Amino acid sequence: MKKTVSLTGRLLLPLLAMAALSGCSGIEPWVKPYERDKLADPIMALDGDPVSTAYIQHVFEAREGARGGEGAAGGGCGCN
Amino acid sequence: MIRRGLTFATLLLAFGVVHAGVLPDDRADVLYHLYDGGGVTIDGPSVLVRKKAGKSLSFVGNYYVDMVSSASIDVITTASPYTEERKQWSLGMDYLHGNTTMRVNYTSSVESDFDGETVSFSVSQDMFGDLTTLTLSYALGDDLVRMSTDTTFEEPLDRQIYGVGITQILTKNLISSLNVETVTEEGYLNNPYRSVRYFDAATGGYDFERELYPNTRTSNAVGLRMRYFLPYRAAVEGEYRFFTDTWDIEGHTVSLSYIHPWKDFTFTGKLRYHDQTGAHFYRDLFPGPQATNFRGRDKELSPLTSYTFKLQAAYEFLNDDGNDTFGFIKRAKVTASLNMLSVDYHDFSDLTAQEVIGNEPLYQLDANIFQFYFSFFY
Repeated sequence: MKKTVSLTGRLLLPLLAMAALSGCSGIEPWVKPYERDKLADPIMALDGDPVSTAYIQHVFEAREGARGGEGAAGGGCGCN
Repeated sequence: MIRRGLTFATLLLAFGVVHAGVLPDDRADVLYHLYDGGGVTIDGPSVLVRKKAGKSLSFVGNYYVDMVSSASIDVITTASPYTEERKQWSLGMDYLHGNTTMRVNYTSSVESDFDGETVSFSVSQDMFGDLTTLTLSYALGDDLVRMSTDTTFEEPLDRQIYGVGITQILTKNLISSLNVETVTEEGYLNNPYRSVRYFDAATGGYDFERELYPNTRTSNAVGLRMRYFLPYRAAVEGEYRFFTDTWDIEGHTVSLSYIHPWKDFTFTGKLRYHDQTGAHFYRDLFPGPQATNFRGRDKELSPLTSYTFKLQAAYEFLNDDGNDTFGFIKRAKVTASLNMLSVDYHDFSDLTAQEVIGNEPLYQLDANIFQFYFSFFY
């Protein structure tokens, strides 16, 4: 059990370090702001319909044994 | 009892896929949902309103109702059909400071035999010229499981959810999202009404007894999504999720979507495939009464494969193009979607077939999931 719990925890430290360093890093954005017109198109929105996505995710969680990992901090439902 | 995990999907409304340096758009959604399959009909509304207050704050509220009429395979083999209603509401706030967004959300769900509350927090940080958004999230759930047939029955269920997510712009045509999530639960995890089936040596047939689950469960899920802008104005998205838990369920989920705009319409097609192993304490037929320490016959814990085909059409019927022609509303659209879900259970017999024990056919579920909603942006 400890092994599985630590999966998210193991990712935290390097990610926090990355966040802390991001302010003083010299990494140049390889996609410039003026090159992001396609990414700003509504068809590229990863979640343009949050109410609908939350609902259908709820249905899958009720009908299957798996949960989470799909963009929300959430998991399942044991609906009969 | 609809129960358990009231806020899991709702947390998507709280966290979603985010960009830390920008508050979400002001919007209102009014949705009608209908699930029809396997003798179960669930429908109801969901209303979401989101509004900024100044440049740093955004508030969101959601009200959701499930009206259930159930004569499912579980119900008709061991109990009586029932109707029930679940009401859920949530309130949340986003606070933007520089490239950091902090969120807090509270959700409450109430039904006749189940109460649930969840508080969630998340922090998102834009990095590397806004190409990367890192999100850390935590949620704490506190549920109370009751029984309509026994007023003295009351059991707690606690839940903690840890999430880490990265949204990454990879090229000027490609965006990706990686999410890792750990859920730990402790308390009353089984359904107080559900039974397991065991072989009755005295009659040569079978009988039922109350199911008994472990009182802890920890799961991990890792999901990766990639969306690509095609050489013409359309997009494809691929998604994969790996799931594993301490009940020995291991799942793989794959989906592929195609999004195609045409004039004021946007059409979406999606294929989704899910395959999972069963829980270690799951049996379709136990060899005798109290045969194992833990016992379950919840078909969702059985090994199964599901297939979903989605068709969706959205029509933008109002767009002021920045001219304030329609008062405070800038844009509005109406969307209809149909998900056709088919589930093949690999170890769950259809007892309604009335076959000789051991010869029952495996159960198969087909369901249609319909959504119709209006979205207003202001």
